[in-house]
Amino acid sequence: MLEQVRRIAADVFKVPFETVQAASSPDTIETWDSLHHLEMVLALEQEFRTQFTPEEIEQLLSIELIVGLLEEKVPTDRVA
Amino acid sequence: MKDSISTGLRAEVDLQIAKENWGMAKAALHDLWRAERTSSAASFVISRFEKLRPFVPLVGCRLAILRSFTIEPAVPLLRAAAFLGGIDLSVHIGGFDNYAQQLLDPASDLYAFGPEVVILALQTRDALPAIWEGYSDRSSAESDGAAAEFSGSLGQWLRTFRSRSNAHILVHTFEKPTYAAAGILDQQAADGQAATIQRVNGSLTDLQREISGISILDYDALISRCGRDKWHDERKWLVMRMPIAAENLLALAHEWLRFLHPLTGKIGKVLVTDLDNTLWGGVLGEDGLNGIRLSREYPGAAYLALQRVLLDLNNRGILLAIASKNNSEEALRAIEEHPGMLLRRRHFAAMEVNWNSKAESLRRIAVELNVGIDSLVFVDDNPVERQNVRLELPEVTVIELPPDAMAYARAVRECPLFERLSLSSEDRVRATLYSQQQDRREFEKSHASLEEFYQSLEQKIEISRLSGSNLARVVQLIQKTNQFNLTTRRHNAVELERLVADPAWRVYAAQVADRFGDNGLVGVCITRHSARICEIDTFLLSCRVIGRTVEDAILHFLVEEAKAQGASRLQGWFLPTRKNAPAEKFYEMRGFQLVERNDSGALWGLDLANAAVACPPWIALTTPRSARVEECAHA
Repeated sequence: MLEQVRRIAADVFKVPFETVQAASSPDTIETWDSLHHLEMVLALEQEFRTQFTPEEIEQLLSIELIVGLLEEKVPTDRVA
Repeated sequence: MKDSISTGLRAEVDLQIAKENWGMAKAALHDLWRAERTSSAASFVISRFEKLRPFVPLVGCRLAILRSFTIEPAVPLLRAAAFLGGIDLSVHIGGFDNYAQQLLDPASDLYAFGPEVVILALQTRDALPAIWEGYSDRSSAESDGAAAEFSGSLGQWLRTFRSRSNAHILVHTFEKPTYAAAGILDQQAADGQAATIQRVNGSLTDLQREISGISILDYDALISRCGRDKWHDERKWLVMRMPIAAENLLALAHEWLRFLHPLTGKIGKVLVTDLDNTLWGGVLGEDGLNGIRLSREYPGAAYLALQRVLLDLNNRGILLAIASKNNSEEALRAIEEHPGMLLRRRHFAAMEVNWNSKAESLRRIAVELNVGIDSLVFVDDNPVERQNVRLELPEVTVIELPPDAMAYARAVRECPLFERLSLSSEDRVRATLYSQQQDRREFEKSHASLEEFYQSLEQKIEISRLSGSNLARVVQLIQKTNQFNLTTRRHNAVELERLVADPAWRVYAAQVADRFGDNGLVGVCITRHSARICEIDTFLLSCRVIGRTVEDAILHFLVEEAKAQGASRLQGWFLPTRKNAPAEKFYEMRGFQLVERNDSGALWGLDLANAAVACPPWIALTTPRSARVEECAHA
C-alpha cells in the first residue's frame, strides 16, 4: 500500500519516486499545492475505487496519513 | 502485484529515455497507458513527454477551455491521451464563471492566448439556474423566457467571438437533471423541465448552422452513456465545484479527443482488419466455410456487430482493407459466399491475403492506396500481431481489442481517429471511387506509352471559385492532404471565408473526371495578388490524381489567371514536411527560378513576361473565365 501511494504521489507531483517518503507532506514536496492535492485525491479514488469525504480530503496531508486512511476504507482485495 | 507492474512499466520508460531511445520510450508510454488510464499515469505520461517532445512527431494545438465548474483534473488525462495520439496540446483554462467576459472583452486572457480551439463547458445549474433548482418556483412561461434569453445571450457571445477569432468552437450541450423538480409529472407535459433544457440544446444546433466553425459536444448523452447515477460526485461539487466523479474524467477527456483528432488532422483514413477471429469467429483454414461463426446468434453475433461498425465507417468515407494470413482463394470465397457476411469484396479497397508479416501487408496497402502509413488503423484479435505491428510500424495506430469478442465493436467505435467534423459528398462515395481506381490501374498497365495512357483517360478538369457548396470539401482537403501539398498550410473554414471576402485572395477548387468516372473535388489552390506579384499560398492535390498531369493543367490556369490579374510574377513556397516529398521538385521542373531559401523552405518564382506553362493537350480544362467566355458567346 505504501509503495502504491508513493508511486501515485510521485506521478502526480512530478517528482522522483525516491524523494517521496512516508513522512512527505506539502511542506517537503514543493509541487504539493491545492490543485495537485485535488489531482492526487482523484488519482487515489480511481486506483482504490473509493471516494473521500471533504473532511477526509482536508486530513490527507502526508503520505502516512493517506496510507492510514486507505487502510481503514479500502477492502484488502483492492490493494495491489 | 499490480503495483510492481506499474512500477516496472514506468522504469522501462525512464530506461529508454536515459538511453535516448525515443521510439522505444514512446512505445513504453503506450504500454503504460494501455495498462492504466488513471490520473496518476496521465501525470507520468505528461512529465516524460516533456523530454520526448523534440524527438517524436507531434502536431501542436492551442486549446482554451471556458467553464463554469472545476475542470482542471480532466486536463492531465486529456493531454496524456492527446500526446499518445500525436497531438501536443497547450491548454488555457478560463476563470470560473467569467466565460461571457472572456468571450466579449477583446483584452481578455482568451484572446491573448490565441486559441485554435475553444471548448465552452457550462453546466445547466450554473448557466441556467432558473430551469435547474429554481424550476418549480416559476411558471413554465417564465422558465421558457429565461431559457430563450440565455440562448439569445449565448448567440451574441459566440457571434462576437467569431468576429474576432478563427478558432473552432466546441459547445457542450446542457445536461438534464437526474430527477426532475416535478417528478414524474415532468414527462407528462410538453413544457416540462427536461423539455425546456432540450429546447436550449436545440438552439445550439441553430447557432451551429448560423455561425461557421462550431461543433456540438453532446454532454448530456455522454452522461447517459456513463450512467447518470454514477456521473456526479455531489460532495466534491459542493466543496470544490468539481461535479464529475473521478472515474468519469477519462470519459470526458476521450469525448473531447473525438473532436480534437479531426480538428488537428490526426485521423485514420484506412481501417485494416484481420479475418480469422476478427471478422468472423474461428479459423477459416481449419473450420471451413461452414464452420466459421458469423450470424445474428451468439457467438457469431459479436463478429457481425464488428462488421456493422466497419460498414458504418465505410459509409463515412473510411476505406477498409484486409491484412490476413490465409489462403487467398478460400478467403475470397468466404467473403463473397458466406451468408452471414455483411461486408463483401466491393467494400474492401485493398486485400493482402497471403503469408507475409502483417507489417509487410500494411506497407503494401499504404502503397496501393497511396496514403501515408500513419493513415492506417490496424484491427486484429491477436495480441502478438498487434505488438509486432506496434514495434515494426510505430506510425500505424493499433486498436487494442479486448479479450472478449462481444466487446470488439465498441472498441472500434470508440477510436477517435475515425471521427469527422463534416461529411462531404466525396466521403459518401469514396469506396466507389476506389474501386474505379483499381480499374484505372488495370487500364494503365494495358497501355504502351504514358502519353497514350493520358490521351485515353479523357480527363476533364473543372476549376471553380470557392463557394458555399464546395467549402466543406475544400476545408477537408486542406486539413488532410499531406503528400502533394506544397505548403501544408491548414486553413480552416472561417479563415477561408475571410480570404474569399478579400479581393487580393482567390481560392480555387478543381474537380477532375475521366472515362472511369468522377474523381470529385481533388485540388485546391489559394493565391494572393499584391504589388504585381501573385503568390501561391496553397497548392494541393489529392493523391488520387497525382501523376496524371492534372497539376500541370492547374499550374497553366494559375499562370493565366495571374497574368489576367496584372501580375508580372508568379511565386510560391515549397515548405518541406515529413510527407510532401512528392511535391518537392514541382516548381523547379516547370521552369521556376529559386528566389530564396531559408530554414522553413524555398521560394520559387516565374517571370510572367516571357513564360508560359502549357496545358497538357489531353486535358479538357474548364475555368471560371472560360465559363464566362462561353456565356458571352451564347449571349
